[in-house]
Amino acid sequence: MFPRTARKVAALTAAASLLALTACSSDSSGEGADGEVTLKVLTWRTDLVEDGTFDEYADRFNETYPDITVEFEGITDYEGEVKTRMSTENYGDVLGIVGTVQPAQLQDFFEPLGTVEEIEEDYRFVREKAYQGTVYGIPVVGNTQGIVYNRNVWQEAGLSDYPTTPEEFIEALKTIKDNTDTTPMYTNYAAGWTLTQWEAHRGEISADPNYVNSLLETDNPWVEGSDHYVIDSLLYDVVAEGLVEEDPTTTDWELSKDLIATGDVATMVLGSWAIVQMQQAAIDNGGEGTDIGYMPFPHQKDGTFYASVGGDYNLAINKHSKHKEEARQWIDWFNNHSGYAETQGGLSPLKDSVEPKVLEDFTLAGVQYVEQYPAPEGKEGLIDEIDNTAEIGLWQDMYRKRIVDAARGQGDETKEDIFADLNARWKAARAEVMGG
Amino acid sequence: MATHTEGGTPTRVAKTLSTSDATPGKPTNTRRTKKSGWGWSGTPYLFLLVPVVLLLALTYYPVINMFWYSVTDWDGLAKTKEFVGADNFITVFTKPEYFAVFKVSLYYFFASFVQMGIALYFATILSFNTRFKNFFKGVLFFPYLINGVAIGFIFLYFFRPDGTLDALMGILGLGEHTQHWLGNRDIANYSLAATSVWRYTGLNFVLFLGAIQSIPGEIYEAAEIDGANKWHQFLYIIAPSIRPIIGLSFILAISGSLSVFEIPFVMTGGANGTETFVIKTVDTAFKFNKVGQASAMAVVLLAIVLVVTWIQKRLVPEEKVNQS
Repeated sequence: MFPRTARKVAALTAAASLLALTACSSDSSGEGADGEVTLKVLTWRTDLVEDGTFDEYADRFNETYPDITVEFEGITDYEGEVKTRMSTENYGDVLGIVGTVQPAQLQDFFEPLGTVEEIEEDYRFVREKAYQGTVYGIPVVGNTQGIVYNRNVWQEAGLSDYPTTPEEFIEALKTIKDNTDTTPMYTNYAAGWTLTQWEAHRGEISADPNYVNSLLETDNPWVEGSDHYVIDSLLYDVVAEGLVEEDPTTTDWELSKDLIATGDVATMVLGSWAIVQMQQAAIDNGGEGTDIGYMPFPHQKDGTFYASVGGDYNLAINKHSKHKEEARQWIDWFNNHSGYAETQGGLSPLKDSVEPKVLEDFTLAGVQYVEQYPAPEGKEGLIDEIDNTAEIGLWQDMYRKRIVDAARGQGDETKEDIFADLNARWKAARAEVMGG
Repeated sequence: MATHTEGGTPTRVAKTLSTSDATPGKPTNTRRTKKSGWGWSGTPYLFLLVPVVLLLALTYYPVINMFWYSVTDWDGLAKTKEFVGADNFITVFTKPEYFAVFKVSLYYFFASFVQMGIALYFATILSFNTRFKNFFKGVLFFPYLINGVAIGFIFLYFFRPDGTLDALMGILGLGEHTQHWLGNRDIANYSLAATSVWRYTGLNFVLFLGAIQSIPGEIYEAAEIDGANKWHQFLYIIAPSIRPIIGLSFILAISGSLSVFEIPFVMTGGANGTETFVIKTVDTAFKFNKVGQASAMAVVLLAIVLVVTWIQKRLVPEEKVNQS
């Protein structure tokens, strides 16, 4: 049997473990010796944390600001995890604003960075995370939208020009299917979020910077010729014509990079952020970065391609941060001096910046950029609210998976059925949100 | 599958595994003798404090919160929650799309019978003297130990066109019968239910094995002397003795098939007609930011499981088993 002291020790251990439990929640960041400051940065780029890119940024940052230690926390399920953490005060000092925060909620969680006019002197894409004239987040990089394609496949099939209409695009894919062993388009259905990339093309068909806002005024976003109708029809038709992979339900995102790099897949609809990753995959597979090209969405208005642009994640400062000044220094340094936007192949958030090299294709094709206006005052967040009430999920995968499934002949819906249902939901939800 | 268990059973599992080779039915003579004046009388409570605090903090507190959220319109982020009364519940019961997904549960429910059948078969065989007995026990139980997400990914490769299953069928000369196992809406739910059977058979198996091994060895001997063969032994000794465990497996099968989540969520994300009620709940909470609504759905699911269990208990009363 235990000696008496051993029992006491055990009892104390039990009590201590309880204390440890409560101690877990205490704040770990704070001031070190000599007034040194530790800045915690939450990031969604786990890959760049792991390969040391962020540490290099931190080292270079320290050349200017030697007293600030920057710590990175890479989070794989960034949206989900950060959203949950935001119900506490412990969500880092600098972080990217998650998509679920409504404009009116920005002030509850983030430090104001300045007025729109002030910030716009230096930066682009800042209105997305602004509320009533105050900016709460600055994007790290801007993205445009298009279709990643393998140049070799395109040439092998005898194609030269970019398709200018959805019909031409489908013809081009058919040519690829007939003349090569390549899968003309890869949907990346299984990963889910990849399908939401289609939504980003809204506004390109009408070339109207007010397209998204105009959704507030309509009961039927899916009518012949509208942006959503054209985009979703293209997805439906491509799948219905059998121009995609054999079984979309078992696609693999990581594998898709190799597939397009080696020419087993010809095209994928993805934002410009994907170009660099695909080029890297091409190099890893023994090819050239230039094997990967980027074409605009197959639609022209008055003979011109339009591509939408917008900010990626916006960096913001935690309202509860103890080091707001240092956090601001990090954000400004990161955007001005880190070179993140260029290496990621995105549009720099800085106003006076040059077109990145990876978007040369767009420059040559004379693509015009169109940026959506923010919602008018008093109507911020209403689009999302209608979308959520209707349970359509414009930025969710289910709605486009449904289109792909229907096009594959699974279930007994037609394209018209789906559009009619979406319109009906939108109408009901709009009435509920706008009327209430 | 079906047997989606969180609490309770793992300890039972560990116990049955470790005692699997002991003589069946050996009585455990560890009666605690009372000692006085030894140690501080509060010590046991201190030890108890840790699990109780964990239980309260990690189970009861969130559940109470869930009940509170279910009567609010909370979006998961807002600082304020508005009380909306029974609105969320009314929505759950008036929108047919919320209940339509329950028919997916039927696939898993029927699969759980297959699962129990397989488990019972192997548990019976392996409770007699069989060569490589422990090896087979391990093989059968192993899938249950693997993380559900990993299983999802393994089977995603397994069901892919030209994946493991198709290759296997090709070798067996069944090449022309291959299907889009997940892509074909008519088959997808069967594929997922089969994955679920593969995963949870091990759990059923150890439950049954443990129960079978608690039957005293003398009963078999007596039966053999009376001329009973193995089939008779199963029918008149084993089956009646493990009835409570079969009853338990039933409850787990029902509640499990109502709340299927991991496997379809990882493999198809609920697309292509494989959406279950829990996936629907998760989508409502995290894709459409209706945490209040989703909490109401969770409360409804909890109520349904309780009611079904109660009905099942009523229909099949649990009998005290008399072994000797």
